[in-house]
Amino acid sequence: MSAAITTRPPTAPVPHAPAAGGTRRRSRLRTRLELALLLVPALVLFAGFVLIPIGVAGYYSLYSWNGFGPITDFVGLDNYVDAFSGEVFQGAIGHNLIIAVLSIVVQLPLSIGLALLLNRKLRGRTFLRMVVFAPYVLSEAVTAVIWLLMLQPGGFVDEVLRGVGLGGLVQLWLADQSIVLYTLFLVITWKYIGFGVILLLAGLQGVPPELREAAALDGASAWQITRHVVLPLLGPTIRVWIFLSVIGSLQLFDLVWIMTLGGPANASTTMATYLVDHGFKRYEFGFGSAVAVILFIICFLFALLYQRFALRRDTEGALTGVR
Amino acid sequence: MRSRKPLALFAAAAFVLAGCSGGGGDASTDGPVTLTWWHNRTTEPMKSKWQQIADDFTKSHPNTKFTIEPLQNEQFQTKVPLALQGNTPPDLFQQWGGGALADQIKSGKIADISQASSGWIGPLAKNADGWKVGGKQYGAPYLMHAVGFWYRKDVFANAGITTPPTTVDELNAAVTKLKTAGVTPIALGGKDRWPDAFYWAYFAVRQCSVDTLKKAVEKTELTDPCFLKAGENLKSFLDTKPFQDGFVGTPAQQGAGSSAGLVANGKAAMELQGDWNPDVMQALTEDKELGSKIGWFPFPSVPGGQGDPSVLLGGGDGFSCTTRAATACAEFLGHLVGDDVQKILAETNSGLPVTPAGVAALKSEPHKAIAEVMTKASHVQLYFDTAFPTKVGQALNDAIANFFAGQGGPDTIVKSVSEAAAGNK
Repeated sequence: MSAAITTRPPTAPVPHAPAAGGTRRRSRLRTRLELALLLVPALVLFAGFVLIPIGVAGYYSLYSWNGFGPITDFVGLDNYVDAFSGEVFQGAIGHNLIIAVLSIVVQLPLSIGLALLLNRKLRGRTFLRMVVFAPYVLSEAVTAVIWLLMLQPGGFVDEVLRGVGLGGLVQLWLADQSIVLYTLFLVITWKYIGFGVILLLAGLQGVPPELREAAALDGASAWQITRHVVLPLLGPTIRVWIFLSVIGSLQLFDLVWIMTLGGPANASTTMATYLVDHGFKRYEFGFGSAVAVILFIICFLFALLYQRFALRRDTEGALTGVR
Repeated sequence: MRSRKPLALFAAAAFVLAGCSGGGGDASTDGPVTLTWWHNRTTEPMKSKWQQIADDFTKSHPNTKFTIEPLQNEQFQTKVPLALQGNTPPDLFQQWGGGALADQIKSGKIADISQASSGWIGPLAKNADGWKVGGKQYGAPYLMHAVGFWYRKDVFANAGITTPPTTVDELNAAVTKLKTAGVTPIALGGKDRWPDAFYWAYFAVRQCSVDTLKKAVEKTELTDPCFLKAGENLKSFLDTKPFQDGFVGTPAQQGAGSSAGLVANGKAAMELQGDWNPDVMQALTEDKELGSKIGWFPFPSVPGGQGDPSVLLGGGDGFSCTTRAATACAEFLGHLVGDDVQKILAETNSGLPVTPAGVAALKSEPHKAIAEVMTKASHVQLYFDTAFPTKVGQALNDAIANFFAGQGGPDTIVKSVSEAAAGNK
């Protein structure tokens, strides 16, 4: 095959010194043609699998429709009003926000601490990195089933706590309505901490050792070096992590669905579990679409605002630059 | 595997022996056809049985071939509506009947097989009623299911309980004895919600007369005061705290800590579950002798209730045909309820055969007992979540599950049905 390619004459003849003005015009035309040729397949896919489904969901969301037969029962914005006025959905939004805030407040410092630790030269570093990263490789469904079994009363978690003399901490992890959401958050943290650590470790590779050395020569303590040299340089990585983490928290589904189905008594319902519960399980596809659109708008608004205000410096040039 | 589903009712099935006058046996004249078949038996032994049964059918009916796709139960909820909305739905697919079937008919793609089934539907009697909508047959069951208490004879004996309880008072007394003996009286998989609904449904079935039950399903409403009373009885029962700690977070069928696992490993004495439970339990324990240690008894009667104590709560597994190849499909459904296939199914213990010939072939003692109760039952109440339109049934299940978790009361449960039926979210 490679022989065939090398022996083939070039398909486009190389232009031979044409007039100056003509070259520029022609090359601009050519650039456009190339852009069109290269972008069209991606755009078609993007439109077909992203834009059109969003539009269709928006259309369905204005109807009361159970998924069978023609869509005729136009209800305007009723589905949206129903969703927002329902206590369960309000609770679901609250749960998503709690998970998002906890992720930033708890997971971020933890990830940074672990990343700084694992960036140092210590025995078994590779092994420790692997241990921290391993849960991230597990599928969310597998994680959920394992933890569901371990968190049953008298299960593995309870036994371990009792074994180390912390029996007093034992709770009805998944059955107590005031605890279940935080139990889920612990599992989420276990699962995703490795991702944050890997991301931050990569970020730490980008911190030039000369800067640390210079700061050390100037008499800065280890804490001062970390606080004033390393962390600011990790800024872009941290901001990207926050972005991914918040979007992930807003779309949280698999773990919750398998571990609690949003229960008990909706104490762990998220927007996405609400969507499946009230959209698919009840054959309320119009209503489910409205919830999906709400979820999309919340994520989209967050993404836009975050790009505009937090990520602007990091992405400058990449997204905004002309040339 | 959770193989719940609908069931029979009452019925006046005329034995139409008119033969193949309808569309019945004329598949051969339609030319060769390949049926796409979605069933829910993703595990052995049934997965291979279905393949075998289809292959055998093709041998005797060379014009009918199959493309078989086993799917998980949960997938049907999303895949069937999508498929019925599209142009190439499966030719026959798992059907639990009731309200969901009525919803699906609105797609216009479910075949009315009243004519085509007239030659073989007779022996099914009341079992076929769950697959009827507006007097027309839109599918047929191949196995029935019924819910009752599975209990451990050894644990009962240790606690000094000699005979299974027949009234709720006796049940409460048994619960007390089991607690004294230091064992969890009843295991409940509350995380999955549907096991909670069995309790409310049975208290309703024992409290309300058969007529009231039928009317409630027909009109999609629980306005009769007996339904409120059922919730109050359930509340008194829950107040005796018969379940394991943290039951609202317990899965029904996953792991040794699930409700089925607790009974299988002797940590709990009984569980209100469907006839499929022995297989589920066996998979969750090392104890090879489990089969000889478990027994079955029907839900006890409620003092003062209008309900007939012989009524069972249950459902069934069936198939519906879509319109493209309805004739061949209906002929195959007839084959599934024929004596040969029913006997094969009886041996798998994965449900209760739909015909007397199949029931006679049952081997497992508990299944024989259940089949006997079912044959004598004056009425088999289809699970309410299946009998009602889907959105109403799910709302009812959610309200019951919330009630088990301490939220709402008997009135909230009753109201959930009227509100969901009225379109409130």
